[in-house]
Amino acid sequence: MSGGATGTMNLTLMVWRQAAGSGSGKMVRYEAPGVSPDMSFLEMLDVVNEGLIQKGEQPIAFDHDCREGICGSCGMMINGVAHGPMKGTATCQLHMRSFKDGDTIYVEPWRARAFPVIKDLVVDRSAFDRIIAAGGFVSVSTGSAPDGNALPVPKTDADLAMDAAQCIGCGACVAACPNASAMLFTSAKAGHLAMLPQGQPERRRRALGMVEQMDHEGFGGCTWHGECQEACPKQIRIDWITRLYRDYITASATRREENAAEAAI
Amino acid sequence: MSVTRLARFWHSTLGKKVVMGATGLIMVGFVIAHMLGNLQAFESAEKFNAYGAMLHGPLHEIVLALRVVLLVSVGLHIVAAWQLTVRGRAARPAGYARQAPQMSTLASRSIRLGGVVLLLFIPYHLLHFTTGDVHPDFIPGDVYHNLVTGLARPGVALFYIVAMLALGLHLYHGAWSAFRTLGIGPEDPHPRHRPLTTAVAAVVWLGFTAIPVAVLLGWLR
Amino acid sequence: MKLDAKIPSGPIQDKWDQHRFAMKLVNPANKRKYSVIVVGSGLAGGSAAATLGELGYNVSCFCFQDSPRRAHSIAAQGGINAAKNYQNDGDSIWRLFYDTVKGGDFRAREANVYRLAQISVNIIDQCVAQGVPFAREYGGLLANRSFGGAQVSRTFYARGQTGQQLLLGCYQALERQVAAGTVKMYPRTEMLDLVLVDGVARGIVVRDLVTGKISSHAADAVILATGGYGNVFYLSTNAKGCNVTATYRAYKRGAAFGNPCFTQIHPTCIPVSGDYQSKLTLMSESLRNDGRVWVPKQKGDRRPPGQIPEAERDYYLERKYPSFGNLSPRDIASRAAKEVCDEGRGVGPNGLGVYLDFAAAIGRVGEQKIRERYGNLFEMYQRITDENPYQVPMRIFPAVHYTMGGLWVDYNLMSTIPGLHVLGEANFSDHGANRLGASALMQGLADGYFVIPYTIGDYLATAKLPKVDASHPAFKAAEAEVEARTKTLLTIKGKRTVDSFHRELGRLMWDNCGMARNAAGLRENLEKIPALRQEFWENVTVPGSGTELNQSLEKAGRVADFLEFAELMCRDALHREESCGGHFRTEHQTEDGEARRDDDKFCYVAAWEYQGVDKPPVLHQEPLEFENVHLSTRSYK
Ligand SMILES: Cc1cc2nc3c(=O)[nH]c(=O)nc-3n(C[C@H](O)[C@H](O)[C@H](O)COP(=O)(O)OP(=O)(O)OC[C@H]3O[C@@H](n4cnc5c(N)ncnc54)[C@H](O)[C@@H]3O)c2cc1C
Ligand code: HEM
Ligand code: HEM
Ligand code: SF4
Ligand code: F3S
Ligand code: FES
Repeated sequence: MSGGATGTMNLTLMVWRQAAGSGSGKMVRYEAPGVSPDMSFLEMLDVVNEGLIQKGEQPIAFDHDCREGICGSCGMMINGVAHGPMKGTATCQLHMRSFKDGDTIYVEPWRARAFPVIKDLVVDRSAFDRIIAAGGFVSVSTGSAPDGNALPVPKTDADLAMDAAQCIGCGACVAACPNASAMLFTSAKAGHLAMLPQGQPERRRRALGMVEQMDHEGFGGCTWHGECQEACPKQIRIDWITRLYRDYITASATRREENAAEAAI
Repeated sequence: MSVTRLARFWHSTLGKKVVMGATGLIMVGFVIAHMLGNLQAFESAEKFNAYGAMLHGPLHEIVLALRVVLLVSVGLHIVAAWQLTVRGRAARPAGYARQAPQMSTLASRSIRLGGVVLLLFIPYHLLHFTTGDVHPDFIPGDVYHNLVTGLARPGVALFYIVAMLALGLHLYHGAWSAFRTLGIGPEDPHPRHRPLTTAVAAVVWLGFTAIPVAVLLGWLR
Repeated sequence: MKLDAKIPSGPIQDKWDQHRFAMKLVNPANKRKYSVIVVGSGLAGGSAAATLGELGYNVSCFCFQDSPRRAHSIAAQGGINAAKNYQNDGDSIWRLFYDTVKGGDFRAREANVYRLAQISVNIIDQCVAQGVPFAREYGGLLANRSFGGAQVSRTFYARGQTGQQLLLGCYQALERQVAAGTVKMYPRTEMLDLVLVDGVARGIVVRDLVTGKISSHAADAVILATGGYGNVFYLSTNAKGCNVTATYRAYKRGAAFGNPCFTQIHPTCIPVSGDYQSKLTLMSESLRNDGRVWVPKQKGDRRPPGQIPEAERDYYLERKYPSFGNLSPRDIASRAAKEVCDEGRGVGPNGLGVYLDFAAAIGRVGEQKIRERYGNLFEMYQRITDENPYQVPMRIFPAVHYTMGGLWVDYNLMSTIPGLHVLGEANFSDHGANRLGASALMQGLADGYFVIPYTIGDYLATAKLPKVDASHPAFKAAEAEVEARTKTLLTIKGKRTVDSFHRELGRLMWDNCGMARNAAGLRENLEKIPALRQEFWENVTVPGSGTELNQSLEKAGRVADFLEFAELMCRDALHREESCGGHFRTEHQTEDGEARRDDDKFCYVAAWEYQGVDKPPVLHQEPLEFENVHLSTRSYK
């Protein structure tokens, strides 16, 4: 009754430590005694860090903010699985009851050329912002909008669009993909907008622009491993990748669009 | 498509993948036909040679055309494969101490290795049965004879069997993913649920493997 | 200091239109020449930066997260209000205006609230056009739900992720401007001071959180949209990074701080499970539409809920507030929960919780319906507590959620420092002493999309601004101060971690300046906080250096500001000898425990002016006139 299992666990952590600004680092071993199953994974790290600070050592750096699984700040490889063992869950929502006493837990940062490590578990994901800037929007300046109900959207389309729009931009798809491909992220945003009437005018141009930027950032191509979908805390499906391919092919094959895209550059 | 557009298409990872998918499917079509042709060896030497003769006789032009298409496909397929592989590797310079695959399959992970095996197999195979250069006693026209004697040596037969294993896996993943790459993929989020592809891959694999095995067991002689 | 709200004259429904006409315009050709700094990329800052960029201004936008898309607005769940009256259920601009003023317990400025209600309708149009996937009816039109005890359905929502979808729409508009080159984005950059030249806000000092470099940015106007300070309580529903630093440093530079003690406690959060707890998780208020709140009748009843018979349950909200019952406003529901827990009737391991029971609703409409309505919330609850709310009642407890207080601003959203504008949760704004559900998103976007783009134009067109750049001595001086402060934090090398101080401060604030306050407790805090602050500066330990990513250092700077700000909050709470909205003084309640407001003495905005760290601030009053909504006591009985 009292929030899950009682009795605490003793765990061993193997954590990637990399000094700021240095290109290299190593796995370091830490003991985490007396961990409560009701703790979140990040709270467990908080406790370890308090101990490190007490000892005058540098705490383990990791990104986090909302701790509600929505801001997309957190994210680490936990025992070789992006965001850890619980499906559809961001690291901050993973609770220690998913582990058992005596476990050794490997904790590593997202790894991709496009996500350089800044320090310890903190990586630079600004490549995602640049992919959005390359077309992941509807060009509608403030004030120019018609009434909200001016153009109806079939409920099913709106719901589907929402499925894709839920992406929190955490980067787990890239981290989990053997090719470090950003296809799930890119296709989710392109797909969200392609699903709605508002997104139609720029649909093809958007696909071309976002894909070009994605490649430019140095992400790999998609070999259809499907790992991204499993890692995604919002369980975004790889069907969105199929849709992006479709849009990309049509876009590449249409003249009108090319001019638009050229104009965009 | 205008040149610039074609260039942009080919430069993008998506464009290259689309090329791989399309050329891959062409090759899939070929291997299926080829496999069916080969199976005629089980009927009788005459039947099989007749089929061979037909390919080289009346259907000659078509076959020629086909060869061109195939050659171009294999060529593009290989180039794209190479470039995508390079990009894919470059995208993750440093690996993980631990990585636990959740959804990828042996086939998806070995697609590149399989490619390499096929890369070795195809030229050898052509020198073996088409030109006869690496064949112990090659009798132009007597395809059946060439087939049986060619596969009589266990080492060779084994290589064929291994190559076909690689092909089977390559198809199990490739024939499924190609459709997704071409944007017409099945709306099924579960990458392992692919009955049709599984069947195709299995049939092609068995159909081809049957021959070297049969020769080894002396059923074909 | 003189407070001039600059409220335009004329009938309330015409004020904004006439004011917009009266305001000066910046010549389009000159816009590029004007530079504007926007601190914050949440709904308020992001929408402002994007819109100003579209207009052609030269914008720099700052946030401490690694991407503007991660601003705390992303966490908003329930929805956003707008007086669209799409449901034809009698909603109107006037009604939204009225509800907001009344909900705010008559401590908000009428003119601002009316403008907010007017603008609300444009916000929805804008967001829909951006591709925000709001919930829809089968006919394809926008769906609405009723929220936070409103009698009309005026809340627009996108599943349980409305804030996320609104922010992503805004973020996309922002990135579009980044691509267009009108906005330069500075993520992982924290503002550490405001710079004034000749009494006018002309820039900020920032720390690059990756390299640790401290530098200055100069501009013609500065906009703060840095969110709320709920984390002064340590435990709150706010994201871990939420802080008071930007607004507090501005306060120290002379911006008046409005109603700092007005904080909102949200009734439906997941109770604390242990002392390692790092934050509290909100369960959307919409749950109260179907959940019944209760506790055991007799204290210390430790039986599992299932074994407590109906007769021995106390559905206290339904009992005390028959007409609103489980939907009574946040402050009332929260206080009621605290009372029953204080009586020792609380549930859960530590007795700090009440039941939110869906058994009745499941019996009535079936588990499937409930799953459709709250599926994701139930999952989140189970993920955190490991309990299945379809079988056992949820346990909930109030938690700090929103801060109505903030920097004082006039009708143009300008603070008492010329050139310093404040938007969103960071200003003291439109919610008075209590905010209605789904109104903060509305306010943030109203400020950023539709108010500041006009008012800042007027400011820039009329203010005579000399050319100033970051080499000006004022910037160098501010940089030096920031450098020194950072250095001190790193060199104390004491025994206690930053978090341990933050926790202790949070405890003091929750106990004495939380849901219920009284003079004794507040005075106690005014003793203890300075002492704690002193210990902090003598005994805190901050590892690492200042020239790298150093999260302990970031925290230390924020906690140091909370340690000063907390005192200001308590002072404000102590001076306000009345109970109103989120501010409940136990000395000021009716026989049956209801808040007793004192309009004769306290119908004003308390704006505090900084005098020095250990000197008491000076109180300025902006009297509030209610010409359109008549002062009346809220009654939800
Ligand atoms: C869990 C939760 C649920 C909520 N649900 C709702 C709801 O359903 N409906 C509703 O109307 N409201 C809701 N609210 C309230 C609402 O979300 C917030 O009030 C609103 O989003 C605040 O937006 P903002 O733009 O003012 O600030 P924020 O979104 O908090 O943005 C602050 C920005 O300032 C930046 N910043 C802060 N300090 C600094 C600094 N020192 N230097 C540089 N940058 C800085 C941050 O990086 C961030 O970009 C909810 C709040 C919470 C906590
Ligand atoms: C056990 C498996 C296989 C056997 C026994 C086999 C047998 C043969 C034989 C006998 C020929 C000569 C036909 C002729 O000249 O008339 C041939 C040709 C050929 N085979 Fe195979 N083959 C096998 C697998 C494959 C595979 C897997 C591929 C391709 C991936 C392939 C590609 C070809 C090609 C391209 C030719 C030349 C056809 C032409 O004349 O253009 N074969 N094969
Ligand atoms: C000639 C040697 C070959 C090589 C080097 C090769 C290599 C590859 C590689 C590396 C891939 C994965 C590409 C990626 O997703 O990054 C691939 C995919 C594929 N291959 Fe091959 N292959 C070869 C031959 C074949 C043959 C003979 C066939 C068919 C019979 C085939 C069919 C396919 C298909 C259908 C795909 C899937 C493409 C997609 O996912 O869109 N390949 N190949
Ligand atoms: S697609 Fe999923 S995994 Fe990838 S960034 Fe978005 S939420 Fe994260
Ligand atoms: S794992 Fe990678 S290969 Fe494609 S399907 Fe997902 S992006
Ligand atoms: S911290 Fe925000 S998603 Fe995990």
